[in-house]
Amino acid sequence: MNQNTEPLLSIRDLKVHFFMDEGVVKAVDGISLDVHSGQVFGIVGESGCGKSVTMKAVLRIVEPPGRIVSGEMLLRQTGRDGKTELVDLVKLDPRGTEMRHVRGGQIALIPQEPMAAFSPVHTIGNQIIEAIRLHREVDAREARKIALQQFRDVGIPAPEQRLDQYSWQMSGGLRQRAMIAMALSCNPLILIADEPTTAVDVTTQAQVLRLLRRLQQERNSAIIFITHDLGVIAQMADYVTVMYLGLVMEQGPVDQIFHAPKHPYTRALLESIPSVDTPPRVDLPTISGSIPHPFNRPAGCPFHPRCSEFMPGTCDQQTPALTPVGEKQLVSCFMYHNREVMA
Amino acid sequence: MMKTAAQPLLEVKDLRKFFPIRKGFLRKTVGYVRAVDDINFFINEGETLGLVGESGCGKTTASRCILRALSPTSGQMLFRTASGDVVDLAQLNREQLKPLRAQMQMIFQDPYGSLNPRMTLFDIVGEPLLIAGMRNRRRREERVAELLRLVGLRPEFMQRFPHAFSGGQRQRIGIARALALNPRLVVADEPVSALDVSVQAQTLNLLLDLQKRLNLTYLFVSHNLSVVRHLCDRVTVMYVGKIVETATSQEMFARPRHPYTAALLAALPVADPRIKTGNVELPGEVASPACPPSGCYFHPRCTYCIDRCKTEAPAYREITPGHYAACHRADELNLAGMA
Ligand SMILES: Nc1ncnc2c1ncn2[C@@H]1O[C@H](COP(=O)(O)OP(=O)(O)OP(=O)(O)O)[C@@H](O)[C@H]1O
Ligand SMILES: Nc1ncnc2c1ncn2[C@@H]1O[C@H](COP(=O)(O)OP(=O)(O)OP(=O)(O)O)[C@@H](O)[C@H]1O
Ligand code: SF4
Ligand code: SF4
Ligand SMILES: [Mg+2]
Ligand SMILES: [Mg+2]
Repeated sequence: MNQNTEPLLSIRDLKVHFFMDEGVVKAVDGISLDVHSGQVFGIVGESGCGKSVTMKAVLRIVEPPGRIVSGEMLLRQTGRDGKTELVDLVKLDPRGTEMRHVRGGQIALIPQEPMAAFSPVHTIGNQIIEAIRLHREVDAREARKIALQQFRDVGIPAPEQRLDQYSWQMSGGLRQRAMIAMALSCNPLILIADEPTTAVDVTTQAQVLRLLRRLQQERNSAIIFITHDLGVIAQMADYVTVMYLGLVMEQGPVDQIFHAPKHPYTRALLESIPSVDTPPRVDLPTISGSIPHPFNRPAGCPFHPRCSEFMPGTCDQQTPALTPVGEKQLVSCFMYHNREVMA
Repeated sequence: MMKTAAQPLLEVKDLRKFFPIRKGFLRKTVGYVRAVDDINFFINEGETLGLVGESGCGKTTASRCILRALSPTSGQMLFRTASGDVVDLAQLNREQLKPLRAQMQMIFQDPYGSLNPRMTLFDIVGEPLLIAGMRNRRRREERVAELLRLVGLRPEFMQRFPHAFSGGQRQRIGIARALALNPRLVVADEPVSALDVSVQAQTLNLLLDLQKRLNLTYLFVSHNLSVVRHLCDRVTVMYVGKIVETATSQEMFARPRHPYTAALLAALPVADPRIKTGNVELPGEVASPACPPSGCYFHPRCTYCIDRCKTEAPAYREITPGHYAACHRADELNLAGMA
């Protein structure tokens, strides 16, 4: 982890809202994060907290009635002359050449539903070759060679034959590997893996996670790793962002998030899962209530109706800002604001 | 956890469920999917048995056989009824099963799909009561109210429809319905895997609490080993239609006897970055129950495979008291468990 270098991707106060007939869904409501190269950047949060929508915004593929309402997403690009420049992805035309170059070329996605990611009527090989030719100036033969090498890299057995198969002819584990091969075929700076192992079994999951780790280390790229599984995030991520209802609750190095969590939500979440130390068959600590419906977002701190530290008059009136606590952690919670002010 | 005078509520013996594979115009049977292939286990009254294994290993098929939602191909399923008689569920016809249905109920994985969106909570939870002959609406309302309170829902919600509830609340509705007729055996097929992390703990606590209060016996089907370890007294591991290992939860996690169980434990991502897990090399993929490998089904992937494993299927046998495994080398191998 090289925190002192400039971030590769810097998201500032991003808001993505869906304008529905019934009302506005504030799916992402002002999140900020910095992704550095050589880092596995983990995003963890429960269903509907805005993980996928954030990544769709980065790739500029948010579907209507959704729209980026405000914020910036600065991508550090290196031009041919070796100079770096910052491009604000929010300002690009989602259908323009620049954005097409970013999408798949510089930032690649392993989507949440691998089945939907491949077309059933074209062979996997042809789809990867097409993607390579879109982003690199190579002929079809060269592209096939690259695709084959990617298949070998991700450990697909008999890669020559597999390349000519259709996605539905592959097992879940192989399809996942093919998906990773496709995403990596253009040497992206950032790989976004959106719940890459929810659809596969534990032993396959272990293989896929190991593979991603190895590839990331070999290529020194960055991975944005999204999951709702705290076990997976603990094993994979260097740096963790905890989201709740479209906002960042806490950010920090993985060890601090798990061993010195600050935000009441992070703490409660970690306590609620059975761990190696939890005595069996006794009640687990719980978080009261459930995640509110997107149309009923609580005012103030979004966690306040469920928070054990709730301070009436403060938490339900104002939204806490993401504030540094200690050296490396950032927390959105008034418990820490007050301390900062008093100190 | 040892229970005094534990008696098996259910004993499954040599249970098989094969699905025919049909091909061609005449739908000729060309082979069988050996979804459940000669399994043996028991569940004591009041305990929780965990049934784990990867996708397609036969967990749901086995559960559906026990509830006789499927008719087994062969084998026995000995059930101790409320009156103390032991009956073989596999041998009973529809009429004979009817009075026993109330004693065995199922909780489903999907709290969204398993509830009819056009029925109110009263209709959903009260339906089994009506089918069982409780015609009086007042009495049904009283019982539904009682059940809703039991699972932590407000009885005033009775006239609402399921869409007005969150995932965790819908799972509670499903649990209330399953408990309507005072079952003794509850089969829960992945009951928390569709729930949000923060709601999983609430549901697990509820299941534990109901078990204590109503002396329920659970068959808990799950692929989540952390949850199984937390909830279950004993655990059974399946691989390609067969049981490979059964032991008390504590034993299984501390000292697995089957290489497949050990691989599952090693693959489990532990929610602590200081404990590195997942360093498991399991080559290849899960075998298909339509054409399982020769000998030990696990042999093509097993690090400890010897020649004998390729030809001779290992017997499922007791290794130490109460600890069963199907591996030729179960006595000699020293497999790592979890801390
Ligand atoms: N196309 C859409 N139209 C309307 N609302 C949407 C749309 N896509 C997402 N949302 C809403 O935005 C919010 C965030 O959704 P998102 O898919 O980002 O969640 P997530 O964190 O990825 O959850 P999961 O873990 O279930 O994948 C949710 O409330 C969702 O209902
Ligand atoms: N009605 C059926 N006809 C044919 N094959 C079936 C049928 N039902 C299940 N199978 C097959 O039997 C095997 C066991 O399936 P089962 O659903 O019991 O697995 P499982 O352990 O519950 O898996 P999961 O964890 O994915 O729920 C699978 O190979 C499945 O494809
Ligand atoms: S701001 Fe208030 S309600 Fe929100 S997490 Fe902090 S203490 Fe809890
Ligand atoms: S019988 Fe042989 S192949 Fe099967 S699990 Fe045991 S050692 Fe491995
Ligand atoms: Mg998502
Ligand atoms: Mg199943």
